[in-house]
Amino acid sequence: MGTFDIITHQLVNGLVLGSFYALVALGYTMIFGVIKLLNFAHGDLYMVGGFIGFLALSAISSVVGGAWPGIFVAMLFSMIAVGCLGVVIERVAYHPMLAAPRLSILITALAVSLVLQNTVLSLTQGQYTAFRSDLGFGGINLGSLFLTYNQMVLVAAAAVLMIALQVFVTRTQYGRAMRAVAIDKDMCELMGINVPAVIGVTFFVGSALAAAAGTMAGAYYGSIWYFMGFLIGLKAFTAAVIGGIGSIPGAMLGGLALGLLEAFGTQIPGIGSEWKDVFSFAVLILVLVFKPTGLLGQSEQERM
Amino acid sequence: MSEQKVFTSRLFGPLSFLFEHRATRWSSIAALILLMAVAPIVFGQYATVILTNALLYVVLALGLNVVVGYAGLLDLGYAAFFAVGAYTVGILTQHFGINFWLTLPIAVCAAALAGVIIGGPTLRLRSDYLAIVTLGFGEIVRLSARNLQITGAASGLSGIEQPWLFGWHIARPIDFYYVFCVLAAIAVIVSIRLANSRLGRAWLYVRHDEDVAEAMGIDRVKVKLAAYIIGAIYGAMAGAFFAVNLGAISPESFSFTQSVLILMAVILGGMGKIPGVILGAFIVILGPELLRDLGSMRLLVFAVGLLLIMLFRPSGIWPGRNAQR
Repeated sequence: MGTFDIITHQLVNGLVLGSFYALVALGYTMIFGVIKLLNFAHGDLYMVGGFIGFLALSAISSVVGGAWPGIFVAMLFSMIAVGCLGVVIERVAYHPMLAAPRLSILITALAVSLVLQNTVLSLTQGQYTAFRSDLGFGGINLGSLFLTYNQMVLVAAAAVLMIALQVFVTRTQYGRAMRAVAIDKDMCELMGINVPAVIGVTFFVGSALAAAAGTMAGAYYGSIWYFMGFLIGLKAFTAAVIGGIGSIPGAMLGGLALGLLEAFGTQIPGIGSEWKDVFSFAVLILVLVFKPTGLLGQSEQERM
Repeated sequence: MSEQKVFTSRLFGPLSFLFEHRATRWSSIAALILLMAVAPIVFGQYATVILTNALLYVVLALGLNVVVGYAGLLDLGYAAFFAVGAYTVGILTQHFGINFWLTLPIAVCAAALAGVIIGGPTLRLRSDYLAIVTLGFGEIVRLSARNLQITGAASGLSGIEQPWLFGWHIARPIDFYYVFCVLAAIAVIVSIRLANSRLGRAWLYVRHDEDVAEAMGIDRVKVKLAAYIIGAIYGAMAGAFFAVNLGAISPESFSFTQSVLILMAVILGGMGKIPGVILGAFIVILGPELLRDLGSMRLLVFAVGLLLIMLFRPSGIWPGRNAQR
């Protein structure tokens, strides 16, 4: 392959990977925005989303088939289910802890993550589950670049979800309330905004996006397992930080940037694919050290 | 209450009466030593191995307790320091033929250096950023160990020689049991002394209110870094003895799950309280032995336990006289 082919090939890989990162990063950043909590369980919601999507697809594939239309129906189901799960988690685990010291709520979030992981672990005995779908391997040739239909549908679906989110956040009542709560929760309370409801909606939307990514990733890569949320949780957090935590366009940008960075980073001589994850964690640490506000984030004032 | 009494009750909870008066203090310590000394003879070899493992966890948990319990920093990659100690000893004894005892100071320096490298730039950040950076750092260390040649890649290092101490070959499980007893005792004493030191009080201050601590002239980054380095040294010492005890180390011994188990030991028993942390370490190691029938469910039981502890009893299982602190 020539250099140009490698570049276009990695560009496509980076876009696909980046779409997953961006969808998960959005949930991180939205939840961080409203309650300033780093939701460690977010990656695991992606994993649970993959499993529910798989179960839903198995149940309905005889009716709608196992190709993209079926996957989208399963994805919708998974989004609703995991969205509700996210709301329940917020109500049961995080809500009582909001006034507690920061360390306690972080550990609680970690505990929720472990509970989700280990529940799925004991249900699946820790085995990989094959995500059976009827996705073809077709595609189109653009010069020497082979673009599969799956890749195109996937990136398009992610784009549609992100546009829908952008519309929701900027054009609806709840979206406006969400942005207001992110700025000043106490003031919102005084202005008559139902803050707990807004937080609930935020958890629902964020978790649903993670579930959408989980279902699509399961179908695309063909297998799911209980630990699949761990790495993507970390990567998505990295993406959210790159974009500027709390910023929704930042999360989208950060996700794509990280996907591309990883795809191209593994092409640098000396950094093989076995160093891929080390590479992205190193990026995370460097960004946090040198530009903790990220690309689009606003500088955070030191509270005194 | 006198200052000393406040201090012991903070560290020991309801057991503090044992340590308040000189006579009861020394007799209870003597009883404890006797109990530890005869335990392997009474319980047999299998139990000795398990108890050794529990003592290893006591050291690790006390080290993480300095970071989480004393300084209030969440470290999700503590196994990295454990790995640094184990691999330093493994590589130096295997590839360079250096005596085990001489590698110990090097392992300590390596861990302190790792602590500075990761803590130095990140301790200024928000505490939740720190948590995720330590998580990333833990993964970097594990993945590096798995990808590098010098660390033996995925299969790790094996055949690490067991050490001699003045003609005593530390080789049998019972030998290691006593070595870990001594190690755990040192860890406990250092933890007590640290909590009662100027640095310990600075940690308490920073943990409760960083801004006020800063205003009182405490350099918060410096004291946090000190906690980080001390925690790293604990981890490295535990790792060094872990390596010679097993004779083989592999990257998977230092996974995220390992970090989580150590953290559970700290939190289940009660952050910052020494008997609580020791109890937590024993729960984490002995629990799976008792819950063997549960198979893959055992981690789930721990996870649910952790969640319930955080929701209903954030100060841990170990009761404190002043649990609200």
